[in-house]
Order: sequence, then C-alpha cells, then structure tokens
Amino acid sequence: MAKVFMIHPERCTGCQNCRMACSFSHENQFRPAAARVHVFTSEREGYSVPMMCQQCDAAPCMKVCPTGALYRAPGSTLVEYARDKCMGCRMCTMACPFGSAVYDSVTESILKCDTCGGEPACAQFCPTQAIEFIDENIATRSRRRAFAAKFKSAFEGTRP
Amino acid sequence: MNGWSGTILRVNLSTGTVSTQPTNLKDAVLYIGARGLGDKLYIDEVDARVDPLSPENKIVFAPGPFSGTLAPSGGRYHVVTKGPLTEAIAGSNASGLFGPELRYAGYDALIVEGKAPEPVYLWIRDDVVEIRKAAHLWGKWVPETTEMVQAETDLDARVACIGPAGERRVLFASIMNDVHSAAGRSGVGAVMGSKNLKAIAVYGTKPIKVAHPKAFREAILAACEAGSRNSAGGAGLKAYGVDVPLDVLNEIGSLAANNFQQSYIPAAGEDDRPSALPSSPARRPRGCYSCVMRCGRISKVKNPGYVSQLAEQAQEEGLAVVFDRGIDNTAAMIQSNQLCDEMGMDPISLGATVACAMEMFEAGIITVKDTDGLDLSFGNSAVMVELTRKIGLRDGFGNKLAVGSYRFANSYGHPEFSMTVKKQEIPPYDPRGIQGIGLEYATCNRGGCHTKGYTVAVEVLGFGESIDPHTTADKPFWVKLFQDLTAAIDASGGCIFGTSGRGGENYAALLTALTGVNYSTEEYVKAGERIWNLERLFNLQAGFTSKDDQLPERFTTSPIRSGPAKGQVSHVPEMLTEYYKLRGWDEDGVPTQERLRELQLA
Repeated sequence: MAKVFMIHPERCTGCQNCRMACSFSHENQFRPAAARVHVFTSEREGYSVPMMCQQCDAAPCMKVCPTGALYRAPGSTLVEYARDKCMGCRMCTMACPFGSAVYDSVTESILKCDTCGGEPACAQFCPTQAIEFIDENIATRSRRRAFAAKFKSAFEGTRP
Repeated sequence: MNGWSGTILRVNLSTGTVSTQPTNLKDAVLYIGARGLGDKLYIDEVDARVDPLSPENKIVFAPGPFSGTLAPSGGRYHVVTKGPLTEAIAGSNASGLFGPELRYAGYDALIVEGKAPEPVYLWIRDDVVEIRKAAHLWGKWVPETTEMVQAETDLDARVACIGPAGERRVLFASIMNDVHSAAGRSGVGAVMGSKNLKAIAVYGTKPIKVAHPKAFREAILAACEAGSRNSAGGAGLKAYGVDVPLDVLNEIGSLAANNFQQSYIPAAGEDDRPSALPSSPARRPRGCYSCVMRCGRISKVKNPGYVSQLAEQAQEEGLAVVFDRGIDNTAAMIQSNQLCDEMGMDPISLGATVACAMEMFEAGIITVKDTDGLDLSFGNSAVMVELTRKIGLRDGFGNKLAVGSYRFANSYGHPEFSMTVKKQEIPPYDPRGIQGIGLEYATCNRGGCHTKGYTVAVEVLGFGESIDPHTTADKPFWVKLFQDLTAAIDASGGCIFGTSGRGGENYAALLTALTGVNYSTEEYVKAGERIWNLERLFNLQAGFTSKDDQLPERFTTSPIRSGPAKGQVSHVPEMLTEYYKLRGWDEDGVPTQERLRELQLA
C-alpha cells in the first residue's frame, strides 16, 4: 500500500516550516527558493495552500522528458529524477500543470519532491498537519469523518 | 559565512545612493543580530540628541541569525531608530515573512538614512536594489499598498510599509509587514513617513548556511520538545491565540479598564469572562516563520452595526482596545484593531490615548466643543471606532490625539491623566497588582512597555515558574533576568512567545550550532545584558535620568479600587535602588565603568 501526500489547506497557517525543512533536509542549509514544496498565500484573507509534486500516475513530465531522466521505477509510486541523465531542457517544468517541477540554476538540476525517502521533512515539521504523508486508502479519512459528523448531529435530533 | 549573511545594506534617500559593507563579525558575535546588531549600528552612527523626524535620523531594519531558519519561533526582525513618541531609543520587533526574506536576499541589516525628495519605495532583489517612485502609493492603506507593490515587483515579494498614519506622522504610527504584522511601538512608522519612504519590498534566493547541521537539527528538536512540554504557554497560545492572559489577569484583579480607574471586571457567568468576548467571532489561526504555536487569529465579524471584517487579533492590542476604554463590544474592538492594522498605528498607544481622553471628558476637562461633537463617555463603542479612523488621518479632534496621551493631556495642563512612562502608553496589566511588570514599565529603555521584560509570564501565567505578583524583594532580580534574556532572544530573531518551556540553554545551543561560534548560556544572556546597557547609555545621552524611571502618580498613590487586588499600590520606587544595584549602575542609574568593562562596552 502506498503513501501519498494529502494537503489540508484549511489547516495551513502560512508558517513556511515546510519549505525550510525541505531545503534544510536536502542541502543542509536554508534556501527555500530551492524547496520542493511551495506555499501560496492570500495575505489579506490569511489563507495558504502548500503544494508539491503529486507523483502522477500518467505524469506529463515523464512523457515529455526526452532522456528518461524522469522515470518510474518498477513497483514504485514515485516519479523519480536521475540527474545524470538530465540535459536541462526544462520541458518538464512546462508540462507539469501544477508548476511543481522547478529548474534550479544553482545546482543545475530539476527540483521536485522525492518524499525524502519515505519520511518527508515537510510533513514532520508542519505544526498543524496541513501536510500529511498517509496511506492512500485512508488519505481522505479526515474529510469523510468531518462530513459524517454533520449527519450524526442531524440524526441525533430526530431519533425517536 | 555560517549563521549570519555577512552583508549590511545601506540606502541614502537624500542622495539616492545604495551601498553595502561587510557585517563586522566581532560586533555580530557580541550583539548577535536584529535588536543587538541593529542597536550597535544605529548608536554608532546617530547622535542621541537627533530630532527623530529629521533627515539626520536613521532607521535600521535588522533580522537575526535565526530568521529564515528552522530555529523555533525564529522568524522575527527588529526596527531600530529614535522614537518620536518617546525621544528615546526605539526598538520595535515584528513577525511575518519580511525579516527572513531580508536574510534570503543576503543581508543582516538594512540602514536607511536621509530623506527622499518625494515619496519612494525600495525594491530589493538579492544584490539588485532600486529606489522607485511611490507617489501613486502615497495615501493608500496598508493592504492595498502591499498588493500594489507586489504587483509591480514580485507577487512573492515581502512588503513592509506605512499607511496614512505613518505618512501623517501620527506619533505612534507603526510599520506593517505582510499586511498583518507590526513593528508597533514608539512611532517608528512616523520616522519612515518623515523620510518619504512608503514601503520596502524584498525577495531573496540566497542560502543561509549552517555551521553544524546535525547539531542544529538536534537543538531544534530539543527546543520543540521543550516547548510542547509546557502546556500553559505553547498549548495555550496555540489553542486560544493571544487572549490567554485575559481571564487570569482579571482573576487577580489586575486587568485595567477605564484608563486604570478600574482593575477588575466582575463576570456574571461564563459568557462574561474577558476571554469569552474575543472568541465569539469565527477565528482562523495564522502562524509565523518556523513557529509551531500559530497564535495569530483572523476574525470574521458579522454585525449589523459594522461591515463584515477580517482582522488579525494581535496581542494586548485587544486588551487595550477593549478594556481600557470600557468597551464590551467585540465587533467594535476588532474593527478598531483592524483600522490600526490597515492605517499603520500602535493599538496599545491608541487605546490608552483614547482612554485618557475619555477620562478627561468624563471629568469635564474637555467637552463636546473640543471633540468635534463626539461623546467620549467610556463604553461608547461607535466613538471608539470613529476616533481610531480620525487619529490615523489626523482629522479634526484626531489630530489632537495623534501626539499621544502625554502631550495631549499636558496641553490641557493635566499630564496626570496620561498612563505613560517616558511618554509611551502602558498596556492594561495593572502595575499595582503585578509588582514586577511595574518595574519593567518604569525601567524599559523604550518607555512604557511590557514585552521587553515580561515578568507577567511568571507572576501571573506560571510559565515555568510561579511567583507571587504582590511581592517586591525578588522582583528586581526577575525583571533584570527577563530584560537580559529577552534582549538576547530579540537579537537572535526569536519570538518571545516562543520562550515558553525553553530556556537560555536552548537558545545558546541553537545559536552555537547555527553560527559555529561557541555561546555558553552565560555568554548568551550576557549579550542581552550588553544590549540593554548600550540602549541605556544612548538614553542617558539623549537626556534621560533616573527621574524618568517612574510610573504615573496614580500607581503609587491611588490603590486599586475593587476586586481581588483591592488596596494594592505599586512599589516601584522601593525596588528601583535594588534594581540599579543588580544592574551594576550607580544610584543615579548610570552604568559604572566596572560593569561596562565586564560587558566589553568600555
């Protein structure tokens, strides 16, 4: 059973811990411009959304990559990146509909989430669990549970 | 370089020139950063007798080494200048994202000097710095200014700016960043306005390097764990936002109302508790850089009398606005607070200034003839909101109040109605019921202030320790400790709310692993003491004396009228001698050469 990222934007407080944790765990320094997770905030309303690579099944980035630098290993759920095969054409950054593949000129490579080997730093440091790394079958459990609670309170009023 | 960024940016608005200089590493080690390094840079260059609103004054924006890293609750920055409200050293600390972004752009500090011939804003993108025209932004309020500047620079640029209050030099105007964060006190916004500097936008892509990544990671986890063990502090702030003190303060009868004429609000039931008031509108949490507590709150209010509002509920601003003015109306409080945010004003000074005017109105010293026909009775929530707007625009009677309660009350020959120290308004923690915070108010280098020596944490809230708020013998020790440790944490770029459960040893470990410079706990706290004394020396040169280290007469001569602390007065004069002694100052409050040498200040 694979784990997937589940984001809960309503829990995100815009604290940027995820970007710093990502940068620190990959480079041992703080360079959030090179983080593989991105946070978008509407300052006035105070609403933020964290986003990262969705490891798509039919990933457009893999399809456009001319060298096979972006690939899926057999049995893996991840879209992986082989830097030695990458020619830096950046077609993947244009193909990704979420903008989650980013080119970094400092390292001359594509930056995209690799789930930190299965223990993502962003989820570890997120103080509100706005980012969860969770079994795919129960990924939406919290949403289902929250909505079911509404039925529960509706029925409680009408039980004979 | 590890920890620090290594470069200071300087912008001269008179000549339109931009330059950089390397960060002096010896100063960085001694003063750490933010408040400390900012103080050192400012005090080395500016004469203490400067007119705060003149082109000769400077203003320093300085993040700390923690800012932009995962050091817990470490994303803050400090604004250092001379305050127009107090004419003392002004150091205002703010959260949000602006401070860390200055670090990512590669700077330990930004020094702004001179005055632009017309309104301008700065656009800092790593090494590229532009001074751009801002005539089209002048007059705009903070949220609109932020959005317009981002649209012209970068949608992810972090913006610090002033609103109409700073432009019109309201003496307690603030500098707002990221829309809701505030460098609030002493009128730093008016200094920015006096320089015709409307905003600063910054975006950075440079790394912050870490000397010992593994040790830094361990220190972070240790600090997070220590913080979560303290349920009162971290968990309370996380769950309730910053309203945590309200109920407790009232329970000990030390929550000021009606300009400190009352200190206790009897509650008939659960819904009447002070903390019940701000929790009624729907509230969503917001968090600052690298912090797990997320104590900010966005409130949405639907009220027939007011348009739906979104307002970040910041700390004692809520207390000052509601209780000091006898206002029970939550929506009015939130709207007044929001106006302060959007116009760029300090809600503590605003609340206390209006409270002062209300007491003078009820005493008949001012009448409706003076107040543009407004009825300034305590409890008039509509007038409170109206006055907030008028003060921010310096409109009519608002212009009279825009100078703060001391100058206002003094202009009528009645300075005793102003609850200020060094002309800066104190927040509603009643110093008669809480002795230590009274000593902090009296001795704080930036005037009446609670945050720089927040002994309320132990006197009232029981964070880590619980001490009796009414005792006096131990308070000089506690006040000095809090003042020194706070200065060091301010200088690191850390947030004081982040200190619950954590001690100097956590911060020293974090700073050591980050910078590679070995800070013992003792050296770390000593850096704080060094910063405190540097500020004190500046104030003495500016003309302050030990006579200015005192509270308004009401607190020593009028006992609290009712409630659990009935009969209490402040004993600041008795504590002052011991405080000076512990600080190594003479009986006039002047640091001795011996102490200055120990601190490497002489």
